[in-house]
Amino acid sequence: MTVDFIYDTLNDFFPSLAGNDFFLFISMLLPIAGLLGFITIYGFGVIYSEIKVSSFIQDKTGPMGQGPGLHAGKWGLLQPVADGIKLFIKEDIIPASADRPLFILAPFMIFIGALVAFIAVPFGEKIIIADMNIGMLYILGVGSIAVIALILAGWSSNNKWALYGGMRSAAQIISYEIPAGISLVVVIMLASSLNMQDIIAYQKGGIFNWIIFDNPFMPIAFVIYFISALAECNRTPFDLPESESELVAGFVTEYSGTRYAIFFLSEYANMFVVSAVAVTAFLGGWQSPFPNFLNTPAFSMFWMISKTFFLIFIMIWVRWTVPRLRVDQLMHLCWKVFIPIGLFNVFGVAIWTIVIG
Amino acid sequence: MGVVHGEEMVLNIGPQHPATHGVLRLQVRTDGEVVSKITPVMGYLHRCFEKHCENVTYEQVIPFTDRCDYLSSMSMNFGYVVAMERLMDIKVNDRVEHIRVVMAELQRIASHLLCTGVFGLDLGAFTPFLWALRDRERILDLFELTCGARLLYNYMWIGGLSHDIPVGFVESTFEFLDYFEPKVDELENILAHNKILIERSADIGVMPPEVAISYGVTGPNLRASGVNWDLRKNDPYSIYDKFDFDIPLGEGTKGTVGDCWDRFYVRIIEIRESVKIIRQALASMPKDGDVHQSLPKKIRPPKGSVYARTETPRGDLGYYIESDGSPVPYRLKMRSPAFTALSVLDEIGAGWLLSDVLAILGSLDIVLGEIDR
Repeated sequence: MTVDFIYDTLNDFFPSLAGNDFFLFISMLLPIAGLLGFITIYGFGVIYSEIKVSSFIQDKTGPMGQGPGLHAGKWGLLQPVADGIKLFIKEDIIPASADRPLFILAPFMIFIGALVAFIAVPFGEKIIIADMNIGMLYILGVGSIAVIALILAGWSSNNKWALYGGMRSAAQIISYEIPAGISLVVVIMLASSLNMQDIIAYQKGGIFNWIIFDNPFMPIAFVIYFISALAECNRTPFDLPESESELVAGFVTEYSGTRYAIFFLSEYANMFVVSAVAVTAFLGGWQSPFPNFLNTPAFSMFWMISKTFFLIFIMIWVRWTVPRLRVDQLMHLCWKVFIPIGLFNVFGVAIWTIVIG
Repeated sequence: MGVVHGEEMVLNIGPQHPATHGVLRLQVRTDGEVVSKITPVMGYLHRCFEKHCENVTYEQVIPFTDRCDYLSSMSMNFGYVVAMERLMDIKVNDRVEHIRVVMAELQRIASHLLCTGVFGLDLGAFTPFLWALRDRERILDLFELTCGARLLYNYMWIGGLSHDIPVGFVESTFEFLDYFEPKVDELENILAHNKILIERSADIGVMPPEVAISYGVTGPNLRASGVNWDLRKNDPYSIYDKFDFDIPLGEGTKGTVGDCWDRFYVRIIEIRESVKIIRQALASMPKDGDVHQSLPKKIRPPKGSVYARTETPRGDLGYYIESDGSPVPYRLKMRSPAFTALSVLDEIGAGWLLSDVLAILGSLDIVLGEIDR
């Protein structure tokens, strides 16, 4: 689904209008529209699974409506829709003492940060919006836009809790990008490419060719990446920026209605991006776990989304099980545990590739 | 590297804040995240309890005691009726005493469940809180079965009880205890031995025994500091001397004696001890006996005063009642255990990080209804 592909198809279809700028516009617009649609559907899916998984863990039923029109639809399936409608029709409050332009800008920025990362996520051999040669680097880079948005939100709210949340998130996300980056470096070393499709192609041929099983250092790298990804998404046990019982709601304290919904959706979109990167880098991307089983292009999207959702499920599971770390313990874990192990890993993989690989 | 000091900021935690357990306001001075001074501001829930009592008859005081510590209303009733019976020299029959002990211990379990659950919630663990509330519901069901109310019971009367226990209560309670005991282990497993929770609570907010005693801290908070003081053993009231149970003390298993983890863990063991007491009390409960047998026709205590103290889930609850011979108390003073627990917060909480202060507050298990009264 690359832009080029649509552009070429349009040109072939209407030869008389070939090379039209309008075609270029359409071919860029279509994938973005598809992406927004995907994020919306994904949002409903992931919020529903969060509600239901947490309900199973907490020994309750969660939303259980009976049929449309009553409560929340069959098995509560309409609950996320109801939540969404509720948030979008709520009164949109901007505090009088807030820094108005920045306050309005922050939710857009965080959403853009989450959205642009999606375009480099491969869903199949052809299903990738922008197949960049630096895909991995690009995703790591645009992932940092969230930091600015969170600081903006925290600062512009003119609220002490929000300020605490913003400052915590800045420290946290910047710190955890380092171990996440280091553990992806070893992947790049093995695949010798920053291109997402090349990394997936390196893992061709079933589950044992996945990078996570490539050598003894890779499971460690995967765990470091996954925990750092949790921290980058502000999920429990690293949800300090919005820690509910300490900072009221952290950087979103003053946000309500649509703006709050956008923060909320961006968090979930971010979860998808980091999980998709983990799947691409360690778990074979869109390839089937078995060499010749359902390994057709038609199934690539299925494999990609199911693997990603498996990681998202683990994130939800962790969230509803463990308490939250303290801010100094968070930093200790990052700088004194993950980064040394990560660096050791880089060294180990380098030796391994030369000596054995 | 020296310690960097920045500009101090005054932060108001509450009165509307998820971690203040009611409408408490903490004024904290913070330097970055480090808290240098905590000033609790209370009174948001002040309902003139003691003044009200001077205008209502003695039996009308009981519903007010319910509303003081609304998380352990039974124990609050219990303390008041013990004081009144001592003042009027009433002896209640054995069945009443047994039922009272069962109710008070069920209430202790319910209250400790909420406390441990909320402590987890303060540290960011949501699930144990709901597990604890799920089991607390079963206890409230038992109370509802008995007196029709789930939170404010008005169950214990001066010289008796409002109702006898219903048919099948003993069996349902045994059934509940059988269901509940494995659940305590479950709660302990998910919280007490969780690595993150230990990191967050061990060695945090250590309350040395001297500090605890000088501030008058009682109950599980005091016992967590290693002081063996429980009124059920040290100054037995009702029939507590008949039962065989232990007083758990803080041992500093994961850190120092008297840290947050000890305060939290002592409550979990106390739940188990309460289960033991309930089993014994139910087994030895006399089959017959009228719960209204000793109810006085007219409550008009002789001139004089009494101070009686009982062990509620939060500690040493005292009622001082001054009677002038009329049907209305001349003065009623309550010694609140949660009040002393809150007063020690600045002593043990200053110097810690903001997150720790809220953990310490959660481990002290305060109830604002009782502090403000």
